[in-house]
Amino acid sequence: MSVNNLIVNGKKATRDGFGDGLTELGRNNSKVIALCADLLGSLKMDNFKKENPERFVQVGIAEANMMGIAAGMATAGKIPFTGTFANFSTGRVYDQIRQSIAYSHKNVKICASHAGVTLGEDGATHQILEDIGMMKMLPGMTVINPCDYAQTKAATIAIANHLGPVYLRFGRPSWPVFTENLPFEIGKGILLQNGTDVTIVATGHLVWKAVEAVKILEAEGISCELINIHTIKPLDEEIILNSVTKTKCIVSAEEHQRHGGLGDSIAQLLARKLPTPQEYVAVNDSFGESGTPDQLLEKYGMGTNDVVEAVKNVLKRK
Amino acid sequence: MREIAELNKIASQVRRDIVRMVFDAQSGHPGGSLGCADFMTALYFSVMNHDPKFNMNGQNEDVFFLSNGHISPVFYSVLARSGYFPVAELATFRKLNTRLQGHPTTHEGLPGIRVASGSLGQGISVACGVALAKKMDEDQSLVYALTGDGELQEGQIWEAAMFAAHNKIDNLIVTVDWNGQQIDGSNNQVCSLGDLPGKWRTFGWEVLETSGNNMADLINTLQKAKELKGNGKPIVVLMKTEMGYGVDFMMGSHAWHGIAPNAEQLSNALAQLPETLGDY
Repeated sequence: MSVNNLIVNGKKATRDGFGDGLTELGRNNSKVIALCADLLGSLKMDNFKKENPERFVQVGIAEANMMGIAAGMATAGKIPFTGTFANFSTGRVYDQIRQSIAYSHKNVKICASHAGVTLGEDGATHQILEDIGMMKMLPGMTVINPCDYAQTKAATIAIANHLGPVYLRFGRPSWPVFTENLPFEIGKGILLQNGTDVTIVATGHLVWKAVEAVKILEAEGISCELINIHTIKPLDEEIILNSVTKTKCIVSAEEHQRHGGLGDSIAQLLARKLPTPQEYVAVNDSFGESGTPDQLLEKYGMGTNDVVEAVKNVLKRK
Repeated sequence: MREIAELNKIASQVRRDIVRMVFDAQSGHPGGSLGCADFMTALYFSVMNHDPKFNMNGQNEDVFFLSNGHISPVFYSVLARSGYFPVAELATFRKLNTRLQGHPTTHEGLPGIRVASGSLGQGISVACGVALAKKMDEDQSLVYALTGDGELQEGQIWEAAMFAAHNKIDNLIVTVDWNGQQIDGSNNQVCSLGDLPGKWRTFGWEVLETSGNNMADLINTLQKAKELKGNGKPIVVLMKTEMGYGVDFMMGSHAWHGIAPNAEQLSNALAQLPETLGDY
């Protein structure tokens, strides 16, 4: 495997992958219900609504109520997909998710767009960077953060057949599409490149930044193993441990706070099973701000060069 | 339909169960449980069409959601007494490894419970979801929910109230335990509910009022509520109850919201509540 073999097929937003996956589910699974809190267009749920008006519920700007309604729908045997921004899908409704969905074992799919700083100009009120941490702490919650349009579409379809609550996190910006030919299985990491010097584990939009970084590093003679972790919980421990056994150092990359994200999950795994030098590419205990996605990724330490630097730093610690 | 006298006998036994459970655990919420014993007895032994064999999805049967989960003793008693699980299990209330957790939960698989509750304000939303699903499935049965009155201070209640009216969820009957009391005092001291019937009416609901501690009134009002099904509006029944009803020294204030009686108080309470079905 090499990142040079990835087929890049233009750019699309991950939220479009959600919308197209949901449309496909609407056609194939009559139990799927879509609920939205006044963000139909932003969540790309228009087409599902058009094709299945009787299975679309407009809740209005009332996210707590939406989570409860979804729990009730699941109780009655439906497969509800809730759609709103990631901030309003998690922090705003944490207790509703905790009690009515997670503790109550409800088969609700919490689908969250505009996660992270890449939502851009709206600024920090909407740029949630803590959501993975909140959601992965809930017992029984599956947490998935796909990296491009194709993976988000595949994940959307896959979670309908997974019994139990799921948090599916995606975003706003147009982003390279490069996983169309790769298999998607909940809980299974994807090896994007074999290498021997360093392991890079990335999730979400940062997978593409890691791909770019690997090309730079390889040109400098550093052999990188690149793993895409889309399912943060349950974590594919095997793929990480196997890689680190070989490379003996690791960099994690994610569009999230350093506290509580994928990097923390990896650190916890390695501390228990295979202590290894690790560097984080993530937000360092800070809120975001207005700007373009690329400007913000760079300013907050999540650009291509940040991955390159993290690799060079961790190599010194081997 | 069961005779009023028979329902009152069941309610007396339910009240005995409540005070015995709370005494035995030396924790729990007897006040609201006693106040709602008549309503819960009416619901499970007369009003609802339900199946104690218990299917989680509740298809083609009436289902009930307890939003004010802290009055779990009355919920557990009526579930056990109507056959969802053995009456003897009431003795495990709030003890380690029990299915009868302090607040109701599906987590331990107790038949009769469809969602966890306790963190307030969430039950009407869940009931709305089930009611909408029943409409999608052309299931003619009803969805009931009970909330406390202090619980109406939670914003989510009014999110659900607005949603249910907008969506004409007319297979939903919400009942309110309107005892006027909450942990820190009366509703009026803590945060007044104002014109409660008017609030529900302006949100677009059919509003009925009843005594919540008179079995004949309760049965009549709940029957009227059922007849309002399908009229394009959700239905709320405001039940004037008394916290602690049936045990004289637990009535008249918020004092017995969440404390357990001692041995002397227990025997005093039990002396006021005839044993009718046999203690667990």
